[in-house]
Amino acid sequence: MTTLRAHFWRVVAALILSAGLWATVVRFTRGLGAATHLSDEFPWGLWIGFDILCGVGLAAGGFAITATVHIFHLERFRPILRPTILTAFLGYMLVIVALMYDLGRPWSIWHAIVFWNPHSVMFEVAWCVMLYTTVLFLEFSPMLWERLGWLRVRYWLKKIAAPLVGVGVILSTLHQSSLGSLYLIVPTKLHPLWYSPLLPVFFFISSIAAGMAMVIFESGLSSRAFGRALEFDLLRQISRVMAVTLGVYLLLRFQDLGWRGQIAQIWTPRSETWLFWLETALLAVPMVLCFFERVRSHPQALFGSSLLVIAGFLANRLNVSVTGLQRASGVDYFPSWMEVAVTLSIVTVGFLLFRVAVKYLAVFEEPAPARTSEAPVTKAA
Amino acid sequence: MRALLIDITKCIGCGACVAACREQNHLPSPADAPFPRKLDASNFTILKQVERKGETLTYRRLCMHCLDPTCQSVCPVGAFRKTAAGPVLYDESRCIGCRYCLQACPFDVPRYEWSSLQPRVRKCNLCADRVAQGRPNACAEACPTGATIAGEREELLRTARARLAAEPDKYVPHIYGEHEAGGTSVLFLSPIPFEELDLPSNLIQEPLPMLTFRVLGKIPYFVPLGGAFLGAVWWITNRRQEVAAAEQEEKPRPRKPKEEPR
Repeated sequence: MTTLRAHFWRVVAALILSAGLWATVVRFTRGLGAATHLSDEFPWGLWIGFDILCGVGLAAGGFAITATVHIFHLERFRPILRPTILTAFLGYMLVIVALMYDLGRPWSIWHAIVFWNPHSVMFEVAWCVMLYTTVLFLEFSPMLWERLGWLRVRYWLKKIAAPLVGVGVILSTLHQSSLGSLYLIVPTKLHPLWYSPLLPVFFFISSIAAGMAMVIFESGLSSRAFGRALEFDLLRQISRVMAVTLGVYLLLRFQDLGWRGQIAQIWTPRSETWLFWLETALLAVPMVLCFFERVRSHPQALFGSSLLVIAGFLANRLNVSVTGLQRASGVDYFPSWMEVAVTLSIVTVGFLLFRVAVKYLAVFEEPAPARTSEAPVTKAA
Repeated sequence: MRALLIDITKCIGCGACVAACREQNHLPSPADAPFPRKLDASNFTILKQVERKGETLTYRRLCMHCLDPTCQSVCPVGAFRKTAAGPVLYDESRCIGCRYCLQACPFDVPRYEWSSLQPRVRKCNLCADRVAQGRPNACAEACPTGATIAGEREELLRTARARLAAEPDKYVPHIYGEHEAGGTSVLFLSPIPFEELDLPSNLIQEPLPMLTFRVLGKIPYFVPLGGAFLGAVWWITNRRQEVAAAEQEEKPRPRKPKEEPR
């Protein structure tokens, strides 16, 4: 039974990756026009909306959990630190890969380092992502150094863990919100259900909820795939934080519609309204569910709730970046199969890399000497 | 600063501006094909038509050359630049191809070479080299009716106001581009309301870059404050942990006598 299921997923992965490979060849030999349904009227599509906006948002667990352990000293969350950092690191690496597909001139990406434009939100995002990916690598790398036996490097990284995490938190706060700020410049194009001066705030708060949901979701998957789950009691506490975050988010979201005098929009019968309610329901239902102790203490129900939150988060980001811009653009954008194939391939590669990392690195438990920080000095010296 | 004044009442839809623009910018000009109705990578200006009371009105679209251009503000690598002479210019050698300029432009002007492996953003450059030589823009020079005239922006605004005052029945009382998105170097006069033309009529009067800069401008304050906050939290929780650890080492002694009698 289990082997059958494993075979099934292997076949699916192989199919996705071959389609992705074909799409990659088309993208880099015949250009964006041949591979995508993007156009002058609709210059940003699935790759920006899903791979970049959702990819970065879902990796937000990384900065939230590292801050919880290293800055707030809530040591009991330490067991989920490593898998969360690993996910975030892989997430950001894949975001950068996706960016190489989407940029028209990917070989010029380094221009962002030399040609500065501090007035550009994109410039700020580029720098934050660049620096934060470096921070994530340093946070992830102890797993690597342990494997390689470079304990001295690991020892020094441990020394600077707290400031490193602090820098990561600031960078994350900046670019998670700035992904929302990207859309502040299109007040006449983005539908009023989503355009708001508070976009950066919404993006930041919802990324935290999504990051928490990812921690729960991943633990559920890990327990199936590797037979090892994170401590369930911790997940319960995380789901509580997630529910409260979602509550604040939804309250602010509706309040903002009121402030902007757009509250009537939520009853206007048209496609945007349905999408708005879909997004809202996908976030509100799991929020309500997670307020009940009975749901929180039921692994399957908690897993399901986290899935809903992730779906709601994806719906929100795609609404801001794709469907909310559709009407003003005057065209009907729907991603080409090649755009979908590349996106699915990137997700698949993410799963595969996580698997490989779990197999070769100490992801789920820190090795015993790591708890006593003094030990490595003598070993390394 | 160089600008163009486009008086839609004078446009006869001959397309001389489109042809002159193609020649000026060395763009392909298929002889048999009709004039395009949409801006694209090889048409920096086009003629649009609108039906009104049985009459067909023709007018141009082209880059508006904003005074505070959105493209210049959003470009992460500073590939756009508003020059003092007027033109908003694109520097291909800087571009990374993120297409934020296409997404952000309130007038939907920048176009992309989608089928190229070295794609460029394409748009009108207000004949920057002609402007540098003090010559009129190619489109204005070619226009047989004076529907497009080139000149200093202030001067053209005076001309436009004079026309509005002289023949108030002929025009709607508005100079499009005087204040739209903070003002542009391309100005329009129209006989019909601008809402009926394919020009955005819901723009704010201030430059759009302000919308993002209001947020970005807070970052220099946020970073030290955020750092101080995180440092404070770290210090407090760390201290608390140390105290708790110290207490745990001390406490067991007084407790012991209580526990022993059990």
